[in-house]
Amino acid sequence: MRNDPSVKLIDAKGLRVDGRRLDELRPIKLEVGILDKADGSAYIEQGKNKILAAVYGPREAHPKHIALADRAVVRCRYHMAPFSVDERKSPAPSRRELELSKVIRESLEPAIMSEYFPRATIDIFIEVLQADAGTRCAGITAASLALADAGIPMRELVAACAAGKIEGKVILDLSDIEDKKGEADLPVALMPKSNVISLIQMDGSLSDEEFKQALDLSTDACRKIYEMQREALKLKYHLVRDETEDKEEMAEVKA
Amino acid sequence: MSATHQSSPVAKLEQKTVVDLILKGKRLDERGPLDYRPLTIMLGTVEKANGSAYVYLGKTKVLAGIKVEIGTPFPDTPDEGILTVNSEFVPLASPTFEAGPPDENSIELARVVDRGIRESKAIDLKKLCIDPGKKVFMVFVDVYVLDHDGNLIDAAAMAALGALVDAKMRAFEVHNGELKYKDEKIPLPMVNYPVPTTSVKIDGTIVLDPCLEEEQVMSCRLTVTTDKDDKVCAMQKGGLGVFTPDEVKQIVSTSISKSRDLREKILLKVK
Amino acid sequence: MTLHAERKQLVAPGELLAEGPYFAGENTYREGGKIFASRIGMADVIGNKLIVVPIKGAYIPRIDDLVLGRVTDIGMSGWQVDICAPYPAMLPLSETPMRRDREEGRRDLSSIHGVGDLVLAQVIAFDRTRDPLLTTKGRGLGKITSGRVARISPAKIPRIIGKNGSMITMLKKETGTDIIAGQNGVILATGKSPDQETIAVEAIYMIEREAHTRGLTDRVKAMIQERMKGKAIA
Repeated sequence: MRNDPSVKLIDAKGLRVDGRRLDELRPIKLEVGILDKADGSAYIEQGKNKILAAVYGPREAHPKHIALADRAVVRCRYHMAPFSVDERKSPAPSRRELELSKVIRESLEPAIMSEYFPRATIDIFIEVLQADAGTRCAGITAASLALADAGIPMRELVAACAAGKIEGKVILDLSDIEDKKGEADLPVALMPKSNVISLIQMDGSLSDEEFKQALDLSTDACRKIYEMQREALKLKYHLVRDETEDKEEMAEVKA
Repeated sequence: MSATHQSSPVAKLEQKTVVDLILKGKRLDERGPLDYRPLTIMLGTVEKANGSAYVYLGKTKVLAGIKVEIGTPFPDTPDEGILTVNSEFVPLASPTFEAGPPDENSIELARVVDRGIRESKAIDLKKLCIDPGKKVFMVFVDVYVLDHDGNLIDAAAMAALGALVDAKMRAFEVHNGELKYKDEKIPLPMVNYPVPTTSVKIDGTIVLDPCLEEEQVMSCRLTVTTDKDDKVCAMQKGGLGVFTPDEVKQIVSTSISKSRDLREKILLKVK
Repeated sequence: MTLHAERKQLVAPGELLAEGPYFAGENTYREGGKIFASRIGMADVIGNKLIVVPIKGAYIPRIDDLVLGRVTDIGMSGWQVDICAPYPAMLPLSETPMRRDREEGRRDLSSIHGVGDLVLAQVIAFDRTRDPLLTTKGRGLGKITSGRVARISPAKIPRIIGKNGSMITMLKKETGTDIIAGQNGVILATGKSPDQETIAVEAIYMIEREAHTRGLTDRVKAMIQERMKGKAIA
């Protein structure tokens, strides 16, 4: 699987299989508030990834015994649709999905001001409709927006992106073939305002120097993605200052 | 084990509003009793799947994906491919959906959608045989409910049909039981196009394509699936209420013509 | 002392609003001498205090709030009421008006309120350690038996009411209905005819959809007048 010499991932011009430079992000599209029933929702396309995130909460804790006295219970479910990957995946949760549900929750929970809602729950659902590597990071980016869209108080948004290594070169935002044939994968989630990392995982082989390079690449990308998140939120909630309204109401008050 | 569902999440007064409007021939969103909500179908949204379709029926949203894989045939149909329909009521679609294995509503939906496709012989399963008794193609239809605002069955079945019609598989030849793929892509061997229409009974009045509020006050529902030759191929009654035989006959007649309209819309997308 | 946000600027969680001796009001928080937004909404400055007016969010009860809720369960000494909050509310029998015809020994709670009933109540207690407590002892409170219900985001209720009640007064006058807006996002419109109630509900949903646009009051008024013309109102 790894270090397969028969597949060329970087060509003579230094470009990757999909034409990207080593430090280039895949095209990202973000949309906020696309579901009707969920309290908050967001949709992300990153390369061929298509992921839907939704939030319900704060809402009543069911069953009651899971409730915490001093803050909300945050629950997270990362799940992949059977048709999202090359070989059909059984809809039953796999061990990988359970692990990812946990690390994703731990990447978002520090940003959520859950102490405002003791004895309640905040539920985060991430559904991968089409997968092409980097789904946990894209899921975190979308889930952040869904939380904000639901009006849940947060210290800040969370943005995520993976870096890695292919054919000896450190690269940003691995695609599926790069993840399968490459030498390292490093998903990172950053809280950009505080400049702290809330998710970091790694598998593969990286020297100290390579690791630092990869980390810088991914944190820089997280900051770029954060700007895209803010844009997406503002696009959804574009407000026009209601001067006319104010004048009207002032007149009525005087009358 | 099946158990009576929880009481409605709407106040009695709000249920009364829906019923009162219906008795006057009106509905919450000003539709006529036989009108469907605005329907949008998008094909091919998930490129990695063999086929996919995204259906918006009013605010209800359902995504269906097709995966074609190789497997062993059933012993009693050794020369036929296999069709499997699965449905997921994912928790993000409704505050009432919980994470976990499919509940009885999800399973019922999957089986009703399956029945329509199977009984209308929509897919020529014999064309999916590779080596009789040993190897056949399996068609997995996965229905994903993304936003629940009523009438999931119709939305799901239309998404499933759209996905099947959209689906492409690699062209193949079979030489002495050996599978050889060719370069081009071919559609699935579709020969029929089943479409269901669901009606609900509210205080004696029958209306089609119930929205969520109407489902919450209905006494019972009847889903009728018809094929391209206007033949009824599947039916399913749900809910604790009851229908008179005349009501059932009336619903079947209405469904046949309604399904025709919906089928046209879906097939138009493929052209 | 620097103000980074303008009045009525749209802000997202984590955005810097101000630096220096300002107060961190609703939906903001203070960290290391700076004030940040914690929810998406419109930033505003009231004297020295920074607040964010939220666009969406769950209903969190406050004492004295008027709420419209649905009875979900009957217990030994009261009813459980769903007020669209993350916590189920409790209406104790002791907080309902005493009736002269009710005998002391007989307390058949289901004859007063049944499951599914809509009640107008006031929040009398709520804190971090217990579920909200309701009363129906005030004037006009109690079971609601007629009218049309609209359910909107609780964050939009101030817009329905308007500055000094200007919007809700216009709605009542133009549709000829009585409108009660619960702080929990549930609104009741009661009129002589169901058509009036329908128009009032339509106006309410229109306000929710277009809450932050120009000239809303005029547009809603025009819509109502147009619809009222088409109906035969007694």
